[in-house]
Amino acid sequence: MSIDTQRERSPERELDTSLDAMPVIRGQLPRWSPWVGLVAVVLIVGGVLSATGLSIGLFAVVSAVVYAVGMYTASRVVEGPRKATDRLVTIIVTAAFLVALIPLVSVVYTVVSEGLSRFDAEFFNSSMLGIVGEGGGAYHAVMGTLIITGLAAAMSIPVGLLTAIYLVEYGKGRLARAITFFVDVMTGIPSIVAGLFAFALFALFFGPGVRMGFAGAVALSVLMVPVVVRSTEEMLKIVPNELREASFALGVPKWRTILKVVLPTSVAGIATGVTLAIARVMGETAPLLVTVGLATGMNLNPFDGRMATLPVFAYYSYVSPGVPREPSLERAWTAALVLIMIVMALNLLARLISRVFAPKTR
Amino acid sequence: MAKSIDVANLDIYYGSFLAVHDVTMTIKPQTVTALIGPSGCGKSTFLRSINRMHEVIPGARVEGRIELDGLNLYGPGVDPVAVRRQIGMVFQRPNPFPTMSIYDNVIAGMRLNNKKMKKAALDDLVERSLRGANLWNEVKDRLEKPGSGLSGGQQQRLCIARAIAVQPDVLLMDEPCSALDPISTLAIEDLINELKNDYTIVIVTHNMQQAARVSDFTGFFNIEGTGKPGKLVEMDDTKTIFSQPAQQATEDYVSGRFG
Repeated sequence: MSIDTQRERSPERELDTSLDAMPVIRGQLPRWSPWVGLVAVVLIVGGVLSATGLSIGLFAVVSAVVYAVGMYTASRVVEGPRKATDRLVTIIVTAAFLVALIPLVSVVYTVVSEGLSRFDAEFFNSSMLGIVGEGGGAYHAVMGTLIITGLAAAMSIPVGLLTAIYLVEYGKGRLARAITFFVDVMTGIPSIVAGLFAFALFALFFGPGVRMGFAGAVALSVLMVPVVVRSTEEMLKIVPNELREASFALGVPKWRTILKVVLPTSVAGIATGVTLAIARVMGETAPLLVTVGLATGMNLNPFDGRMATLPVFAYYSYVSPGVPREPSLERAWTAALVLIMIVMALNLLARLISRVFAPKTR
Repeated sequence: MAKSIDVANLDIYYGSFLAVHDVTMTIKPQTVTALIGPSGCGKSTFLRSINRMHEVIPGARVEGRIELDGLNLYGPGVDPVAVRRQIGMVFQRPNPFPTMSIYDNVIAGMRLNNKKMKKAALDDLVERSLRGANLWNEVKDRLEKPGSGLSGGQQQRLCIARAIAVQPDVLLMDEPCSALDPISTLAIEDLINELKNDYTIVIVTHNMQQAARVSDFTGFFNIEGTGKPGKLVEMDDTKTIFSQPAQQATEDYVSGRFG
């Protein structure tokens, strides 16, 4: 009997799922406490370490650990475990962000400080023709980069856009699956492979050892097409199906729906993706090294012989600087700086485009 | 302008799955026909098959006949795009084109089909359509603003204006008020009553009071169980359906005993 009564009672208890009682009012650390705590920890740790001999890295790590432990303990005592965990995770996330920022800031700082010394007018209006030692510039390399990247973009953007439209709007069955698969594979192609492919392809037509800007553009577009396809595909997919149906219901043919409704709705995202794809291939060095080589003078014809490009220019200036070394190394840094600035300008352009074209609500 | 619709022995499939079985009904011109029934019984599927929007979904197909004033819409050589120009549609969720202004949304049917019109004629069309959709007074000062900045009810009326701007013969409405508040719903119901003079209207609704308020005829769809096809149980005068339907299932549904 007693067993039975317990049986009857126990399911009731199992069904009792109310949460544990929690105090509604808890203590709170003052709002300034994280900042004051940080300053205090930095001062104390700094003081102790400077007495023993200061190392910046050690100082940062020890400060972070002491600060995290201190804040967690203080918060746990005053505010309870949930808020303490919140503060701990906030500290960890912020620290991870700062760590991730270190290489970025370091790269920008190094390139700017090293590159500024030759960031002058001569760098932008002269080539390396007949230059030994001091002076010279990368006008020819800037033009070469712009021409080759422009050609690559002119080839990849139509192909990529149309492929993405096919995949999202028309493709079904085996062909679409095959294309998706190969686009995925192409995304992972190492850039040197793309370069060797273009080199081999052009060697078939023009004989071995051929170098021309157009071959470089082909190599770059091999790298660029999958990026354009992927980003455009994602943008087309997020266009709501209801808009397509609204257009169909007005008796608009499918191709016109795509052209006048789907593309305008997603043009901001597509333009951003395309611009970023251009920025991404602009800094490629290996494929251009193989297919285009380097020229000391200006060559504006991408179908005739070697051309200079910024990444290859920087590379050669660095690995074979000649004597004296300094002017060549400085030119390499400045070329890197210019390349970063062009890529940054493209990124800004992408943001501008997405802001201008984005659908507005007011 | 308004045309009649005759449906005979219509089966609608998604791939090999029979979604709606053997529907036969006649819809008279210049009337409002409401389609009611529990969720998943094929009302919307049937509605979308009337203007051949159904086949936008891969694998979807139809067997049987739907005639618009005697012309079989599923006959050989019939262009679905041309059918949709004659049979307009308003969807459950308002879907104005986000890249277009209110003005451009109304004339989207003209713009997207590249129909050349004079500016004055377009202005006139926009005003007429927006007045027709009871929206003119609310938006006449901000026609150049984006359509997606309007409230939900206004957006839905904008979509109705867009649908009637191309002057279709028939207007299909797929639960046009289910995302709207009672006031906007009332505005749209009033509008349906006015539109009836010019168009044949077929409306799918889950709201039985709405069906009773706006429609002349009511069709009751039902489904026997999951995986079974939906069927048209009966169709009659709205008054008859709601007072003395011929079928027990209809009576149970309209009196709220199931569904």
